[in-house]
Amino acid sequence: MDYKWPAADQRALIGKRISRIDGPWKSSGRVKYTYDVNRPGMLYGLMVTSPYAHAKITKIDTSEAEQMPGVKAVQIMFGEGKEVLWAGQEIVALAAETEDQARDAARKVKIEYQQLPHFVLDTTPDKAGSEHTKDLTERTAGDPTAGFQQAEVTSEGRYGASVITHCCMESHGQVTEWKGDSLTFWATTQNVSGIGGEVAQGVGIPASKVEVISPVMGGGFGSKFAGETWGVACAQLAKKAGRPVKMMLERDHELMVAGARPSMYADVKVGAKRDGTLVAWDSHSWGTAGPAAPGAPPLPYIFKIPNNHVKHTGVLTNTGPARAWRAPNHPQMCVITMCALDDLAAKLHMDPYDFFVKNLDITGERAKTYTAELAKAAELMEWKKKWHPRGESGSGPIKRGLGLSIHTWGGAANMSNCAATIRPDGSAEVALGTQDLGVGCRTVVGIVAAETFGLPLEAVTVNIGDSKYPAAGASGGSTTSGGVSSATRRATVEAVNQLFAKVAPSLGSTPDQLEAVGGQIRVKGNSSKSLSWKQACAKLGTTPITATGKTSRDLTSQGVGGVQMAEVAVDTETGIVRVQKIVAVQDCGMIIDLKTAESQVYGALIMGVTYSLYEEKIMDQQTGRCLNPNMEFYKLAGIGDVGELVVHMMTDPDDDKRGVIGLGEPPVISPGASLSNAVANAIGARVPYIPMTPQRVLEALGTSKGGMA
Amino acid sequence: MSNKNPHSAPRAGQEDDPQAHQSDDHPQKRKLPGESSSQGGFSRRDFIRGTGIAGVAMSATVLLGDEVAKATGRAQAEGKWMGPGPVDITLRINGQTHKLQLEPRVTLLDALRDRLDLTGAKKICDRATCGACTVIIDGKAHYSCTSLAIDAQGHDIQTIEGLAPEDKLHPMSQAFVDNDAQQCGFCTPGFVMACKAYLDHEKNPTYEGLQKALGGNLCRCGTYIGIRHAVLEAAQKGGRA
Repeated sequence: MDYKWPAADQRALIGKRISRIDGPWKSSGRVKYTYDVNRPGMLYGLMVTSPYAHAKITKIDTSEAEQMPGVKAVQIMFGEGKEVLWAGQEIVALAAETEDQARDAARKVKIEYQQLPHFVLDTTPDKAGSEHTKDLTERTAGDPTAGFQQAEVTSEGRYGASVITHCCMESHGQVTEWKGDSLTFWATTQNVSGIGGEVAQGVGIPASKVEVISPVMGGGFGSKFAGETWGVACAQLAKKAGRPVKMMLERDHELMVAGARPSMYADVKVGAKRDGTLVAWDSHSWGTAGPAAPGAPPLPYIFKIPNNHVKHTGVLTNTGPARAWRAPNHPQMCVITMCALDDLAAKLHMDPYDFFVKNLDITGERAKTYTAELAKAAELMEWKKKWHPRGESGSGPIKRGLGLSIHTWGGAANMSNCAATIRPDGSAEVALGTQDLGVGCRTVVGIVAAETFGLPLEAVTVNIGDSKYPAAGASGGSTTSGGVSSATRRATVEAVNQLFAKVAPSLGSTPDQLEAVGGQIRVKGNSSKSLSWKQACAKLGTTPITATGKTSRDLTSQGVGGVQMAEVAVDTETGIVRVQKIVAVQDCGMIIDLKTAESQVYGALIMGVTYSLYEEKIMDQQTGRCLNPNMEFYKLAGIGDVGELVVHMMTDPDDDKRGVIGLGEPPVISPGASLSNAVANAIGARVPYIPMTPQRVLEALGTSKGGMA
Repeated sequence: MSNKNPHSAPRAGQEDDPQAHQSDDHPQKRKLPGESSSQGGFSRRDFIRGTGIAGVAMSATVLLGDEVAKATGRAQAEGKWMGPGPVDITLRINGQTHKLQLEPRVTLLDALRDRLDLTGAKKICDRATCGACTVIIDGKAHYSCTSLAIDAQGHDIQTIEGLAPEDKLHPMSQAFVDNDAQQCGFCTPGFVMACKAYLDHEKNPTYEGLQKALGGNLCRCGTYIGIRHAVLEAAQKGGRA
């Protein structure tokens, strides 16, 4: 059967600018997120957490809490004798009639601790000491010594990105309700088909007894793949109380424990010939992912510099563990590499645009993509007109500058299954156990199904966000669009071919000669020999058609590039960086919905501005606690902070023929590096770390003294 | 950062931080008629946030406990004592009157969400930073997470559910759809309400004006570009209720 995507000139919906189908549910405020689920008799759950970053639990007394007004269930999750490894770790769960009563009761839980020495600083390996570090990798390629001898210009610097959190708008959590030995689990999750098993194991029931429901969810960014301690706790409380329980993490708890992006810093030395040809790289990088060692990053990023030596050290801290954060490791590696290269370009007195173009041949198979994207981005930014050599930005206190960066990501399709149904009354539906994180997944599935059936988008019902539907992969790593679109394509092609077989005789034709176009089933290219979709479906008698399909590699691909250019204005008196403009040029294979695809890129740029200028999880060594577990001091960019954003999607035939590739990660990778490079170009000095807070900018300018790392 | 919202509306609850607003005539400082005074230097939110939910007593609890005793003493002396148990509270929401039994400490947001199942207003920061809980009270945008339900009595409260009948979309909501001004959508209802409050007061919105008016709302997915377009488009189409 021919599943391939319809030719570009024959698409009614794919690739067009289409509004997301769940948009009205959201902007009317009527759709129910997990946080909004209210069940009859529902209780409110709360976790009591450790105030200490490292301690042994010596005694837990919940007796007074159990007697508090409204309290219906108390459950110890982490018992006496256990060792707490970060502040905010969950110890006791309880449920009460109201949130306020739950808080009252939580204050009456008595936990005694034997405090142990803690270490929470996001600092260099030598300051952390051997007790808190772990050497993870060291490797050499080519001959770095000879490479640096060959280099005519070298640049050395320290670069990095601090720890940030996910700060999902909808906090982590769930609503649980038991019916006999079956559990309904409304969850804000990136993994509808996957978390039921973990929760089932936690409460001792078969996985088949758990239904996970998540029709919409308020953001995950890589932090919501698991069933979670609080998921199991919530189910246990509901069981004990015999009533449904809602337990959403309080914001401080969420920011302390529910996910962080590991920091990554590096001392880098990089060398090139006078003409800009890169010849050698040496880096020692480090960073913290919490109590466990982080993964070792493949540095240098993208540019395969022939002679290189890299070493990575993990710094182990008593902080909430890292979780996957949109494009794991890439934004940090991008900052380290692209900023080091930008400094080298400045030392070579080269325009970084020319320097990057010069070295694209060592970027591998995406070199051609980068060439085209750099040219397009330069045009949209007017790079050649606006760029000036580093620091030559006039005499006033406000300095303007330009910076650029490139990135890459895989985005291969996850394994998803789709069931497509066509009913005799003409209704059509597709069902997948996938989830829409706000990226437009539901709309993508609907577009593919409607395209295949030749129907308008609103004629197809899209059922996702429930584990009762065919299993679909978790949404992480830009794998969902490929997975769900190819599974849906296969299932719907299969289904419509069954319909062709039923109606071919009445059209005096054979199934292979039929097509579904414009609400009709017709002989290919012959609208006089046709049936309306409804007439055709009526020929099914009483039995609906059901067909299934799964992820197909030949409808998808992996591996994208992407170029971003940033323009900033820096106030050298206050250290405040203002984004003027960012240009993003991005490829992602065949685009299903141009509108939501562009939104993904806009969103990534804004998230990038936020992590480049504002957000940072700040830990205090004295107390072992997070100093800013709230949204006043854990800062996100506001609508006035993001400047002008320009997004250009690559939609050339060469991109289109690759099939579907995910888009969630790639555009969020470059903002840190492009903004840092723009600031360096503006002020003539490198702000080594992101976020580029006013203090760090003033330190780089030498007008403020202060300490970090 | 421009998280505050000097132009569109006073946000109830911002008086929680008395040092943030020194001027009495600052719009954010204005109180609802009948709104409780925080002159005693104590509020429910201070108490809850100050004590936290950690499992051991902390010194902050002791200090705030002392403040509680002082404030309680003052309230009793002045004959203003209510609660701590549930009291009768009447709220006028979307033109309908609701009679509730609530503890005086219950916020307007919790009353809407937990007692009336009006869950359009969201709880994200729960302390007057993100704007997801925005409702319109007497024509002005308010943070319902830091307004007490008891203080919202006698006022006209409009939630996003009151913008349009269930089967229709308000023009502002429609503009959010058309301009893809939402992704996960969790911050969206708050933005829609803030946008509506802004357009109700501003006939000719500008790019700069809307950025100030919406500076009290935050989004994590990054939908600000769509929101800018949505506001301007809704204004052109006359998107007022």
